[in-house]
Order: sequence, then structure tokens, then C-alpha cells
Amino acid sequence: MMNQILIAGFGGQGVLFAGKFLANKGLIEDKQVSWLPSYGPEMRGGTANCSVIVGDEPVGSPIVNKPTTLVAMNLPSLKKYENDVVPGGLILVDSSLIAEKVDRDDVRVCYVPATRLANDAGFSTLANMILMGKLLKESDDMSFDHTEDALKKVIPARKMNLLDVNLKALETGYGYAE
Amino acid sequence: MSEKVLMKGNEAIAEAAILAGCRHYFGYPITPQTEIAAYMAKKMPKIGGCFLQAESEIAAINMVYGVAGAGKRVMTSSSSPGISLKSEGLSYLAGSDLPAFVVNVQRGGPGLGGIQPSQSDYFQATKGGGHGDYKMIVLAPASVQEMASLTVKGFDLADKYRMTAMILADGTMGQMMEPVSLSAVDVKDYDKPWAVTGTKMQRKHNIVNSLSLVPEELEQLNFARFERYKEVEANEVMYEEYLMDDAELCVVAFGIAARVSKNAINEARKAGVKVGMIRPITLWPFPKAPLLAAADRVRQFISVELNMGQMVEDIELAIRCKKPVTLCNRVGGMIPDPQQVLEAILNADKGGNA
Repeated sequence: MMNQILIAGFGGQGVLFAGKFLANKGLIEDKQVSWLPSYGPEMRGGTANCSVIVGDEPVGSPIVNKPTTLVAMNLPSLKKYENDVVPGGLILVDSSLIAEKVDRDDVRVCYVPATRLANDAGFSTLANMILMGKLLKESDDMSFDHTEDALKKVIPARKMNLLDVNLKALETGYGYAE
Repeated sequence: MSEKVLMKGNEAIAEAAILAGCRHYFGYPITPQTEIAAYMAKKMPKIGGCFLQAESEIAAINMVYGVAGAGKRVMTSSSSPGISLKSEGLSYLAGSDLPAFVVNVQRGGPGLGGIQPSQSDYFQATKGGGHGDYKMIVLAPASVQEMASLTVKGFDLADKYRMTAMILADGTMGQMMEPVSLSAVDVKDYDKPWAVTGTKMQRKHNIVNSLSLVPEELEQLNFARFERYKEVEANEVMYEEYLMDDAELCVVAFGIAARVSKNAINEARKAGVKVGMIRPITLWPFPKAPLLAAADRVRQFISVELNMGQMVEDIELAIRCKKPVTLCNRVGGMIPDPQQVLEAILNADKGGNA
């Protein structure tokens, strides 16, 4: 089983951080992993995406061309990538920022108002981790195990005071039912 | 530090260089390799090393020349346009027979080009970007682990043969993170009696110089240098064979192109196509012998590259044009997807040569 995950949104939404979390979680769980960011001249507000591969076999190309899971954090990203998702794949949509619906019936779609949930809970910058929580819940071969250990690997030491809110955001997403 | 950690390829190069005993880094920032300089800036002062951001690429490579002349392990890193600027220095390093370690994390060109991944500096690296008869050892990593291990290897080979070893990577290799284990390195100490370290009034002056105005002497220097290059060709070729045992088609690819090709080969195998890959790990010396041996067994070679087919020439020379070589490529910062490579394989399987 190879999870080919594409996380896409605006720069500043924590797209790369969310991907690092997944990759580190996979590493802790002895899976084969890779993480590849889009890199470019864009800064905050520009487009950002990253390819994360987590699976049991050695990773070939680290570039996710045909995602098994797409996490769309803004409309341009959804439009750009929704047709690349493999049939039977999963699309997670931040429905607070994306009003449109996915125009396919051969994929599973979860609409999570991640940005609103994050604002309501008082951690407005953590919509990304709410979506990661939902991703863990909806992916067959993923679980909530080792989330805290993985977070400790990706949160810089000087910001470790943010561990608890990150964990809470993940729990919020994991427990969210549409 | 043998535990596996997730690291960017650029950071893995920097950490491996430090483990290999490099305490001098000179560079000038350029995307997509800047993480190397950033890592060195943070780390070097803490371990008694020297990180210096030079005023230009040309200055940086000449600082490398200075430290190399003093017999210390030293490196610089850049990306395509920056390597062009350093090429004069690379020629001088070769002319002075100095060991140095240089990293090129390639971006699309020519000119300033773009900042996305590319392999279009293949000729520049393997045929010499600077003037004069010289070679560099060119290493092409295809994983973050190899970014680290080939860095350690590169420093060793540079010292062993008194020449420049270059890592020829690309933007994806520099930017991607993969698990890497970095263990302590057993650094071999090479005797460097030629180094300019001060005579202490006990020996004659050593002179490090690439100027030689007597043609008879300069000729002998060139001959002697190429005798050393022959040893490198005989001893230091590295490559990986993937599913070549029964292969009737042979993909040749390095770096990110090899990673993409592996996916395509696995798909083609599922469809019953007998295809394998020879992945050069050293681009110079080029793995001529395994390619020539394969030429007797396979029907066709497919070169997958992020350039206009620069490696095709080396493959054709290696196999003495015994079999057709086709090209599957993207350029300008684009990367072929596995589907494109698969189609090239399937087309070759049907006997297509284009």
C-alpha cells in the first residue's frame, strides 16, 4: 500500500508543515517515506503544495502526479488537482474556504470546515492540522498512533509550547463528523 | 547519529561534509541549493569551522583554491549559473592538481534560466566547463541517503586523486526530504606533501600554481594528470543495475530521472515488458563497461534525462552504436512523469526508434 498524498493551498497555511508531520509519523512507524515541497519565488499568499509518500515499498519517484489523497486548502488547488486523483481516492476539502463541490463521483470526498473549526477553537492558524486529523481518520492504513511523537519531531524546540494546540487540532479533525 | 532522520538533500550534503572533516565552506546563495549554505552558516562556527559568504561565486571558488592549496578539506556549492561563474576556478584547481569538493544543484538553463529542477549541466560537468584538458569526478545521487554518502565519497576521491569531485544533483534532490542515517565517518588521512603549510625552515618551498610557461613541462604535467584519470576510470566507476538480468530494453537515467524511471519500469514489468535500468552513479567516469555488455543483450536503450539528450552521446560511445538509443526527456524545469517514460518504454518494445 502506497499513500500518495498531495497537500495544496496558499503559502502560510502550513501546507509544508502538515506534510512534514505525515512524513515523520510514517518514519516513526517504520514506513518508507518521502516529502517534496513545491519551491518557487512565491512567498506568503502564493501557491504552495507538497508531495508526501508513505507506504510499505521503497519510494520511486517522490513526485505525486496521481494522488491517492488530495488535501485542498483553497479553490485554485482543488480545481488544479481534483481530476488527477486516482479513482477510489480521497479528497479532503477545507469547506470554509472552498464553496464549490467536487465534480466527481468516483472518489470519496470529505468536506471539513477546517478554517472555521480552527477559528472557533482559538487556534486560527491550525486548519492544516485539523485536516491532517481527518486524513488520519479517513485513511485505511493510518491511525492516531504516534501523533505526539511525530509532532515533537516537526515542531521546533523553541515553539514546543504549541505542541498541545497542535495535538488538539489533530483531535478536532479526527473526531469531526460531517 | 545513526538513527534515521528526515532531512532535505541539501542539508544531508552539508552534514555529511562536516562528518567527512570539511571545516571550510565558501559560497554565494542561489536557489535551489541555499540550504547547504544556511546549514553551514549555523553549524560551522559551533565546531571551529569557517563559513564565509563570499562577495561572488568567483571569489568563493578562489577561496576554495586557497584552502585546498593548504591541504585542508574544503567545499563550495552553487546552482547552474553560479557553477558557470566558478568554472575558471575549477580549471585552475585542475591545473594545480588540488583536491576540492563542489556541489551543483542544477536548475533550468541556459542563462539565468529558471529555478526548477534540471540536468542540463551534464556536458558542463562531465566534459569540463572550464578551459583546458581536465576532468572532474562527477557523482549523481538519486536519494537523500546518496546525497550524504556520495558527499563523503567525494571528499575521499578528491584527496585520493588530487582533483575536484562534484556532486551533480538537481532541485528535487536538494529540496526533498527522505530518511537518512548519518553515522560517524572514518576519515582517511591522505599525505599531502605538496601542501603549502609553511616550511618551518626544514624543507624547500612548495609551490601551488597552474602557470607553466615551458611547453615541454606543461605537456608532461598534462600526460601525468591523464595517467591519474586512467586510474580513476579503472577503479572508481559506480552504477546500479535494476532488473537487468533478463532485460531486453535498457533505460539509462541518473538522479531524479532514475527515480521516475523506476516507477515506469515497475509498471512496464506488470505489463510483461522485459525492461531494466542502468543508473550511472558516477557520470565521469561513465559506466561504459556495463553498458557495452548490455548492448549484446538488449534491443534498445532509452535515455531518460532532464535535458535535450546530452547523455545520449556518452551512451552511444559506450555501446559503440551497437543498438539504437532513444531519448525521453523534459527540460526547462519540467520533469517527465512515469506515464511519459512508460510510453517511451512501450514504444521501444514495439520496435519504435523515435
